Amino acid sequence: MRFITEFRSSELSAGLLSQIRLRSRTPARLMEFCGGHTVAIFKHGIRQVLPATLEMVSGPGCPVCVTANADIDKAIALSQVPGVIITTFGDMLKVPGSRLSLQEAKAGGADVRMVYSTMDAIKIANENADKAIVFLGIGFEATAPTIAASIIQAKERGIDNYYVLSLNKLCPPAIRAILDSGEVRLNGLICPGHVSTVIGSHPWGAIAREYHIPCVISGFEPVDILQCVSMLVAQIEKGEARVEIAYRRGVRPEGNPEAIKLMEMVFEPAPARWRGMGELPASGLKLRREYQQFDAELAFDIIAEPACEPEGCICGDILRGTKVPQDCPLFASTCTPEHPVGPCMVSSEGSCSAHYLYGGSLAG
Amino acid sequence: MQDRILLAHGSGGKLARELVEKSFLRVLANPLLARLDDSAVFDLSGKIAFTTDSHVVSPIFFPGGDIGRLAVCGTVNDLAMSGARPLYLSLALIIEEGLTMSELDRVMASIQKAAEEAGVKIITGDTKVVGRGSADGLFINTTGIGVVPEGVDISGSNARPGDKIVLSGNIGDHSIAVLSKREGLSFATDLKSDCAPLGNLVAEMLAASLSIRCLRDPTRGGLASTLNEIAGQSGVGIRIEEEKIPVREEVLGACEMLGLDPLHLANEGKLVAVVPAQDAEAVLKAMRVNCYGKEAAIVGEVSAEHPGRVVMKTGLGTSRIVDMLVGEPLPRIC
Repeated sequence: MRFITEFRSSELSAGLLSQIRLRSRTPARLMEFCGGHTVAIFKHGIRQVLPATLEMVSGPGCPVCVTANADIDKAIALSQVPGVIITTFGDMLKVPGSRLSLQEAKAGGADVRMVYSTMDAIKIANENADKAIVFLGIGFEATAPTIAASIIQAKERGIDNYYVLSLNKLCPPAIRAILDSGEVRLNGLICPGHVSTVIGSHPWGAIAREYHIPCVISGFEPVDILQCVSMLVAQIEKGEARVEIAYRRGVRPEGNPEAIKLMEMVFEPAPARWRGMGELPASGLKLRREYQQFDAELAFDIIAEPACEPEGCICGDILRGTKVPQDCPLFASTCTPEHPVGPCMVSSEGSCSAHYLYGGSLAG
Repeated sequence: MQDRILLAHGSGGKLARELVEKSFLRVLANPLLARLDDSAVFDLSGKIAFTTDSHVVSPIFFPGGDIGRLAVCGTVNDLAMSGARPLYLSLALIIEEGLTMSELDRVMASIQKAAEEAGVKIITGDTKVVGRGSADGLFINTTGIGVVPEGVDISGSNARPGDKIVLSGNIGDHSIAVLSKREGLSFATDLKSDCAPLGNLVAEMLAASLSIRCLRDPTRGGLASTLNEIAGQSGVGIRIEEEKIPVREEVLGACEMLGLDPLHLANEGKLVAVVPAQDAEAVLKAMRVNCYGKEAAIVGEVSAEHPGRVVMKTGLGTSRIVDMLVGEPLPRIC
């Protein structure tokens, strides 16, 4: 594997930085949508070296964090149904719902298994014909095609004990909701890298035009991010607003047509609940009629108690970019990665965890 | 002889006796063990180091090693990190019914080879067999005894401002090699575990400087946790430089793919030393001559600032806090 060291090069970074410092005159606020970018920005200390004209805010791009408590409760309620095996990506295990996390449900006897791929979930379904296997469909457009592929495979192979609880979400509608609300004034968007490998640059191009905001798609290494910021600054200073790709080794303008085809074959857009933003129209994915037999929502009577939010937790505001973790009274006192209260502290891509792990005070 | 381990092999009866003689005594051959008394009896003098470690790695065979080599190296290295010369080990096996004899023989041969390389003898042991599902193939506990040479005072509490942090080589190889073979996660890589006994390396380092302050092997929790422990125990700050820490490109690549931090990955054949600045070059030179220290590097230093904290200078010249690992590192979603 290559393409890492060269994108961490200190000379390249220094060159980009001096370009940014030279060009940036207008005060501007940039939002990185993606949790992967938030972590990279903190890990490499990028905020510390940007000129004072540039302010960075984190967006709602952590799939675990934006999952509403009511939906986590639903997954936990499903795990209590006799004969059900829950399969999930690892990040979901630790997220607290209203009363329990999946990890705690597992310790209490529920059959919850971490998988690394939807194909592992299919394998478990195939090997446990007498059980119902539910895969928790969490994630954005980068994950949805692999979930679609698993459903298509289950249909082709006649696997009738495999179900998906589709909590998948779409990125552009969330960004539109943030821009529509006007709560946070933004001058540029660092658009997600992995998601754009699938959807390409066109959806961001539309946002750039409609909202007159520069949009640049970034990779995840320091050189990628600085390149992206430099391109945003150039647009801001020239008064332009268009989409550009600073992650050409991963993203093509048309995205990945095969992956989009799979996703559209199995799913259709549907309203979805976002933590902190409420229900947004056409921002989620539900299974199309032809694949309804795999829909866990329809296959099970899921009875979950009404959801409640942890008292004092401001994850919702943090996800919208209106507050920062340090504004939260629980941050680093009652809420830590060891004992998380809200999801932004649990997820490896959450803002609170990035601030806590990499941005802490040196006072000790 | 049966080709699989049965519950009866742990019964204390004839099958058990046969197992001890054919699989253990013949391979580990040494007079102290061969007496087969209830305990090994031997003379020792000086300051004694004593440690124990249990090994439950899955899968039990992985690129570059296996649970046997790991069980010997783990305990030998814990002794060596006190500056001790490792001498004797105990070996306790918990075997899941159904383990094949050939797997057991492979593990035993590996144990013997590692013990020989480390210069230790296995002088007492125990075997239990548990029913299918009660263990994952094979669990091994080893306990070790070593002697600390005169004049050596090594402890996590000894680090002082100005000392240098020396790392013996590339980090993360073991974690990624094992993960690459784990069911459901297999990915192609030529990486091998770094699993190795470090007793000789430590002896050669001590020959270069008796003033080495701390030695630690960054196993579970990785370099980040080890440095945080030292910073906490000694009440000092530690500064490291990202660009000086040796990490293979393959390990960086796997970390990016899985969402892991190399600083949190386990190593089984690496050590971190805190050395007074004036002795650092001599210790480094001694390390680089040893086959397990060829990539050794000075990666940072101890400071009086930010006590209890580890701070890393990134490639961009910025600083960030390096915290301990919390819970299990779980691969991320997207």
